[in-house]
Amino acid sequence: MSEDRLARLALSGRRKFKDRAVRGAMLGATVVALVPLVLILYYLVHKGLSAWSASFFTTDPTGQSFFANKGVGGIRSALLGTIVMVALASAIAVPVGIGVALWLVEYGKDSWLAKVVRFFVDVLTGVPSILFGLFIYIVLIVGTGTSFAGYKGSLALALLMLPIVTRSAEVVLLLVPDALRESALALGAPRWRMVARVVLPTARAGLVTGSLLAVARAAGETAPLLFTAAFTYKTSFNLGGFMNSLPVQIFNDVTSPTEALVNRAWGAALALVVLVLLLNLSARLISRTGRVA
Amino acid sequence: MPDRVLRYGLSALALAILGLIVFFFVRLVGQAQPAFSKFGVVGFVFTNNWNVNAEQFGALPLVVGTLITSGLALLMGVPVAVAAALYLSELCPRVARGALTILLELLAAVPSVVYGLWGIFFLAPKLQPAEQWVADRLSFVPFIGGGVVTIPNYFIAGLILAIMILPIVSAISREVMATVPADHKEASLALGATRWEMIRMAVLPYCRSGIVGGAMLGLGRAIGETIAVTIVIGNAPQLGKHLFGQGYTLAAVIANEFGEATGLHRSALFAAGLVLFVLTLIVNALARLFVIRAGRRTGGPTANVEPEPGAQPLAPPPAAAATATGGGSGGGGGR
Repeated sequence: MSEDRLARLALSGRRKFKDRAVRGAMLGATVVALVPLVLILYYLVHKGLSAWSASFFTTDPTGQSFFANKGVGGIRSALLGTIVMVALASAIAVPVGIGVALWLVEYGKDSWLAKVVRFFVDVLTGVPSILFGLFIYIVLIVGTGTSFAGYKGSLALALLMLPIVTRSAEVVLLLVPDALRESALALGAPRWRMVARVVLPTARAGLVTGSLLAVARAAGETAPLLFTAAFTYKTSFNLGGFMNSLPVQIFNDVTSPTEALVNRAWGAALALVVLVLLLNLSARLISRTGRVA
Repeated sequence: MPDRVLRYGLSALALAILGLIVFFFVRLVGQAQPAFSKFGVVGFVFTNNWNVNAEQFGALPLVVGTLITSGLALLMGVPVAVAAALYLSELCPRVARGALTILLELLAAVPSVVYGLWGIFFLAPKLQPAEQWVADRLSFVPFIGGGVVTIPNYFIAGLILAIMILPIVSAISREVMATVPADHKEASLALGATRWEMIRMAVLPYCRSGIVGGAMLGLGRAIGETIAVTIVIGNAPQLGKHLFGQGYTLAAVIANEFGEATGLHRSALFAAGLVLFVLTLIVNALARLFVIRAGRRTGGPTANVEPEPGAQPLAPPPAAAATATGGGSGGGGGR
């Protein structure tokens, strides 16, 4: 009998109930958090696939908007513009970002300058993306008196990518064991050789993952491109002129909505999400091949 | 020689980042100068009058809109994010944990313009009847009740932002929760605590400042988020009369009006950008402070030493004492 009472004391009905209720609520919150993802993906596929066709990817968008689907054209210039601009942005941001991270890990370490640089990189991470667009606008459009251009859009995207690349690269470089560095130096390798032959190869998978995530982020950004690369219908590989991009075209189609333009926006959005998710997925797969986790 | 090139080259890169931000700040202030000298800094931020045609630019409706939408985002997003993080790190069966975590992180991969598209054509129309029902029932509550629910409104913007900040808040919360020493959790379970009591007494107090930091980082994101908000807020430059009415935010006004702005209008938009910059700077600095504080605590000595010497009233066996001191010195003397 006394054992019975002890058991009841140990876990009263109220405590048990509370425990169950809260655990249920937490499971519920997790489900609630995932509902938007499911809804977005479902709706995107549902609406987007009906806009897709072979010609959707091979024709430029047109200025027509009041006729049926076939009048509005596709997303060729936007898709190619996004790829070209993001490629240039990555070519700038990835080497610079990894370079800054290398400095922080190999040279700066815990010096006050490194702390200041780290702080400013953190500041950059928090800067709203539209402000990068404004910055490039002030410097390269007001400052030079010239007009919008694809390379200016790339620079704005590069600014956005830079802190992401640096932060992720720093974490990975810190994981490279010091014993490896010391053995390279002990064998008589100069510092630059140690960095090039030991540190970078060891961290390679992690560096690629971080960079790919930054690329994925940049590919989906609209705000930095609005006042830097602007918008155009025609396909163009001239980085010195106006360039179209998927996010900007979607934004324009959403904010001037007619039925046909909205359909084009859904199709373009599905293409954009597929592109971004592929980049994310490959980043995750590559990170598994890493030598340092 | 190449050593020096590497060293000074990398240092130059690092310094260039500092220069870039300072340069940006100075140039932005320069561009915003005409608006500030006409209306005054305080007058610009706290005047409720944004009238492009009359060349009157008081940014209060924008500042308030930014605060309302990001406040709503925190209110709706943080509890869900923290609860989901607790579920994933403390309660979830191991099999499902990886998949659920990846799914949650995928939310962060969806581009902002896609959130806007989905928000305005799916979420807002679907929720409008429910919003109207709430507005009618609560018509006696100021700000929430009464009025006609428009499809783009503050609430929808806040809800979209809540979804957008979910992944980052929950990722940082999970990171901090992973640092709670297993001893603390096991001790509370051994004393007969239920899982919830263990979370409430061992996990939450340990992670409080990290969770606050994560929420602040989410707030910074919400304040600066541009495109999704521009699409779903309605872009009406007035102080919102109620929760389900149209408004404007600092970021949205730039995205929406910058294209055709000239002269004083353009300068006012740069000034709005400067206010936004300073606001996100403050919020992010505070967030870092909280996260760093959380990190420092986990780096402390009590976290590493496995057998707590103070917890054992009797002399520990020599073997255990040896491993304890060995582990302690190994952890402390990082090479």
